[in-house]
Amino acid sequence: MTVQAIDKKSEAETAFAGAFEAMKGKGAPALRQASWEFFTRKGLPTRRVEAWHYTDLRASLRTVAPLGAPGAITLPPTTLGRVRLVVADGAFRPDLSDVASLPAGVELSSLADVLAKEDASVLTALGLPENAGADAVIALNAALMQDGVVLRIAPATEVAETIEILLLSSGGEACSSFTRSLVIVGDGAKAKIVETSLALSPSGAQENHVLAFAIGAGAEVEHIADIGPQSESAIRLFSLLITAQAKAAFKSLGFVEGGGLVRRQIFARLAGEEASVSLDGISLLGGKDHADTTLVVEHAAAHCQSRERFRSVLDGQSTGVFQGKVVVRPGAQKTDGSMQSRALLLSENATMNNKPELEIFADDVVCGHGATCGRLDADQLFYLVARGLPKHEAEALLIEGFAGEIVEALGEEAVRDIYFERIRSWLGKRGGAK
Amino acid sequence: MIEIKNLHVSIGERKILDGLNLTVKDGEVAAIMGPNGTGKSTLSYVISGREGYDVTEGEVLLDGENILGLEPHERAAKGVFLAFQYPVEIPGVATMTFLKAAVNAQRRSRGEEELQTPDFMKLIREASTKLGINMDMLKRALNVGFSGGEKKRMDILQMSLLQPKFGILDETDSGLDIDALRIVSEGVNALRSPNRGFLVITHYQRLLDYIKPDTVHVMAKGKIQKTGGPELALELEKSGYRDYVGEAA
Repeated sequence: MTVQAIDKKSEAETAFAGAFEAMKGKGAPALRQASWEFFTRKGLPTRRVEAWHYTDLRASLRTVAPLGAPGAITLPPTTLGRVRLVVADGAFRPDLSDVASLPAGVELSSLADVLAKEDASVLTALGLPENAGADAVIALNAALMQDGVVLRIAPATEVAETIEILLLSSGGEACSSFTRSLVIVGDGAKAKIVETSLALSPSGAQENHVLAFAIGAGAEVEHIADIGPQSESAIRLFSLLITAQAKAAFKSLGFVEGGGLVRRQIFARLAGEEASVSLDGISLLGGKDHADTTLVVEHAAAHCQSRERFRSVLDGQSTGVFQGKVVVRPGAQKTDGSMQSRALLLSENATMNNKPELEIFADDVVCGHGATCGRLDADQLFYLVARGLPKHEAEALLIEGFAGEIVEALGEEAVRDIYFERIRSWLGKRGGAK
Repeated sequence: MIEIKNLHVSIGERKILDGLNLTVKDGEVAAIMGPNGTGKSTLSYVISGREGYDVTEGEVLLDGENILGLEPHERAAKGVFLAFQYPVEIPGVATMTFLKAAVNAQRRSRGEEELQTPDFMKLIREASTKLGINMDMLKRALNVGFSGGEKKRMDILQMSLLQPKFGILDETDSGLDIDALRIVSEGVNALRSPNRGFLVITHYQRLLDYIKPDTVHVMAKGKIQKTGGPELALELEKSGYRDYVGEAA
């Protein structure tokens, strides 16, 4: 990775100093200070930082919106009876959350409380996994983190209910928020966690969210990151950090429905033997959406498996980015890794940047990657219209099929239905291909 | 009845069909035979409305109405059906979903009520049973991982669900072994009816042993060169297309 010496601080970089002044007394002073110094050394990422090559955050983030503060909020109804924990404009809101109905074996704290109490075990887990250590956006989050939720799932607990962390932007005046949530999954436990980013009304919100999973041996986690629509002027950064111990399994779907600049970065570390991670993703982009998924999967132990399957559908003048790197450390023999990113361009003005990479330092591994980028297939389209489907319906069916192959992998039918419906509704809004 | 009159078609600068005339009456099975590259597939695509072909002259009348100005899905709703030489694989789209969408799109286009799921299921169960298609296969993505024979059978299933006025079989025998060829041909023969015409495009006489044509047309150099009865196909099998390709070839 290139480190670029920045001669002069941008207006936004200078403005963050004010936010740091406001936050530095709110727990974990050493972590905050070290992170702040790291961030000020590196500055906001530009194209010259390889991992941010296609998303120039420094150029996009010109001014910094004030930190969000709690206010009155009317919540939408819950989905599929999920246990919902609300983090609104940067603050955990127990008053809006299903605190009373938390399942047995699940312990909840707010991040603010944990930081205030200087809980050493949590602070260690809050530290950065090795492979995420060089990222300035995560460091900025550690320096400025306001609140979030900390969930501890007791070993061998099988949590039937899905827990939803609802990252809410109330809209109105644009504000910035820095949340950090942590899910510590005990050995042999099972949990389903959904992370939903929802804007109650569109705004130029500036969000920086970190969600970290520390997954114990033999534990299983299913995760969905649901990133809903937002204003074109919003900047939303989501960092997902995963450490999986031996025989742990992490399975995730990221569903991104555009909304300004969206950057998902995933750092997964397979730390114990026979751990597995499966990262799927669907991006539906239109207008001037810019959605970047950059991930690093680190095989640090032998006999681990990783799977990444990403599909992007790009319309209008949207831009998609997929950068995936699978790193196999020395000694991580019998690694089984496969990564695939496919993009469907529906418009002349849409752009996709695909960059899969492998870095292999062990000699007995099976790793593969593939990336494609194309338009709707003319033969497939003709087949469907020749059977009587009007062109726009034929296109919609093909696009739904392209994205839907990822949805099919979800375990629960009711959840699959939600995402098929979301794809159809997105298609309904876009109309025919240009 | 389909009437093709003085049809001239080009792709870019290249002329493919050069004043083709052909009539297929209701209830008739017409076979078109001809060497490679004479425009047989072009003819099937132009009738069904594929983009990329310039019709510079002529008309294609279905029951007296010129269909050349219609979109492909409108032609399908009026009863044109093309059984593809190589049916396309469509990942992610369940066969059943596609079949229901196609049946209902055509019904909508004709101003008919859409079929509700129970009625549709009844229809499809009957049609599949006749063709020996397992219902489990219909849950899979359309044609993905199907054998050549299964793909062709799937096309015939679609034809029997959509009940077209005029069916075109474009080299249906490509990639089929004898057993598959028999099953597909039986499917087609079951759909023969006094109010449905067929155009069977083929290189080889073999297919015509199974689907017996009423008329045989020899196509070369972008037009019909000779028309006759089933005996013409046998004659071609012996003498080849040499007489029709002529000095220009």
